[in-house]
Amino acid sequence: MALGRNKMRSFLTALGIIIGVGAVIAMVSIGQGAKAAVEDRFTSMGTNLLTVRSGSRSYGGLHGGAGSSQNLTEADAEAIEEAEAVEYMSPQISTRTQVKYGNKNWNTSIQGVGAAYPMIRNWEMDIGNFFDDNMVRAGLKVAVLGSEVNQNLFEGADPIGQIIRINRVPFSVVGVLKTKGEAGGWGSHDDQIVVPYTSAQRLTGRRARLNSIEISAFTGRTQEAQAQIEEIMRIRHKIAPGAEDDFSVRDMTEIAEAAGESTKILTILLAGIASVSLLVGGIGIMNIMLVSVTERIREIGIRMSVGAKERDILLQFLTEAVVLSIFGGLLGILVGIASSKLISNLAGWSTLISMGSIILAFVFSGSVGVFFGFYPARKASKLDPIEALRYE
Amino acid sequence: MDNNNLIQIENVKRVYKVGETEVHALRGISCNIKKGGIVAIMGPSGSGKSTLMNIIGCLDKPSSGKYLLEGEEVSTFDKNKLALVRNKRIGFVFQSFNLLARTTALENTELPLVYSDVPRKKAKDMAIKALALVGLEGRELHKTNQLSGGEMQRVAIARALVNNPSLLLADEPTGNLDTKTGIEIMDIFKKLNREQNITIILVTHAQEVAVISNRRIFIRDGLIEREERE
Repeated sequence: MALGRNKMRSFLTALGIIIGVGAVIAMVSIGQGAKAAVEDRFTSMGTNLLTVRSGSRSYGGLHGGAGSSQNLTEADAEAIEEAEAVEYMSPQISTRTQVKYGNKNWNTSIQGVGAAYPMIRNWEMDIGNFFDDNMVRAGLKVAVLGSEVNQNLFEGADPIGQIIRINRVPFSVVGVLKTKGEAGGWGSHDDQIVVPYTSAQRLTGRRARLNSIEISAFTGRTQEAQAQIEEIMRIRHKIAPGAEDDFSVRDMTEIAEAAGESTKILTILLAGIASVSLLVGGIGIMNIMLVSVTERIREIGIRMSVGAKERDILLQFLTEAVVLSIFGGLLGILVGIASSKLISNLAGWSTLISMGSIILAFVFSGSVGVFFGFYPARKASKLDPIEALRYE
Repeated sequence: MDNNNLIQIENVKRVYKVGETEVHALRGISCNIKKGGIVAIMGPSGSGKSTLMNIIGCLDKPSSGKYLLEGEEVSTFDKNKLALVRNKRIGFVFQSFNLLARTTALENTELPLVYSDVPRKKAKDMAIKALALVGLEGRELHKTNQLSGGEMQRVAIARALVNNPSLLLADEPTGNLDTKTGIEIMDIFKKLNREQNITIILVTHAQEVAVISNRRIFIRDGLIEREERE
């Protein structure tokens, strides 16, 4: 066939499709891998972790009703701690502010928590100690640093016992948390300072309200704990049966799924951008087919003179375009799989190759061939045989 | 009278529009051509002989008048039907051979059969036979660039014959060949006419081509000027 006779040109034409398909497959697999990794990370934080927030479930999203009516109180937290299936409880107040040490400034997140926080979050200390219940009750201005904040403010010097100013209020550093790494799109776990929630209240002025309550259930009793907490909260918040809750209790997998959702959106975006190159590839095919038709005007004339009909010529050139694009698609799939494997080896990102994206890429490249090959093929079929035979 | 006529041309005219002007390539040609002969259509360039050949060969349609091939009025056929006629009933031989480049003699000869829905095996056999008729056995798998001018024209003749047409049309068949090769090609035409009884129409202004014909039609300015018969 004509394609075989000019291998180099056929290959260059198919290149656009190869790159387009390869990029789509690679992007999607990176995105899928990221999604799985994010979900993994969340579930590894503990499947027995529950978060209680104000605002009803139907407000969806990760930050649910945060910002709208804050109705979680310390009394709520204490009641929840009493639930039978609950092992640990930590009230939560968060804010964001300037931290100063000497001439160093750092804007970071301040988490006001209870003494059970490291148990709930499975988080070990690097140096120093976490504050205990007594310190929390006394509202002591003590701080535990995330490793990134420690590095930025102290640069390797011993921070224990030093005074830092959080929003100009002096706090004494009692410990540094072990490095935990990326929080899957929510910034780094290590870029925060943990203080007793009682002192955080003084920083934010929110005397009696909490952002959330975190609890960990006894192993295997997460469902139980969730049910118990919901009941306690309904009674305390005087919610009639059947009425909507003004709070939500979520476990980690739901939050993980929500996080996964946004990586999904990112993946779609990336794939969309990569698809643009598929489009460009299609235009490339149309271009080359047009050139090919012009170069073969004489040949078309010869074929017509021995009896080729318009439809025969149309089909001939259309088939060439489709073969080119499907060939490019197949190669692109291979390139995509190879590059996502390469990326996962080099960058350490996990990648997941989905059959769906492969099939989609294949179908898409075929359609590109039909769509962009049609105009040149039609042009070829409409040639006048006498003119075509005369063409030099 | 009609059964014996392969071709009946009645007052055929062909007018082209070139921008604002009209070019009258054929101003009213009438003639009948019987089966089995060799006819030469001769005339200077611009006489309209190429236009007449295109119409006879169903590559073009007359602006007015009738053209009957084997009793059928092909002048009224649509593009697809004309293509069918070109495929099955007419064979073309051109001055510049018009073979497909980088393709074997066999594939070139088979080309009309590709559009005839003939199964591949049968097509191959028919092509081999046709190539044998023109003296090219053994050369079937040679590519176009490996053939001499004379051999290429033979392939073109084989291609023209492969579907057993009733009419062979040749436009200056020796124009691109040297004298010796030209004579060989004309001998092939003579042989085909004698043995296969195929009607041959030659369009030419060369004497060595016209010499094999038994009837010569002279065209000038779109009209038949005179005729000669043997």
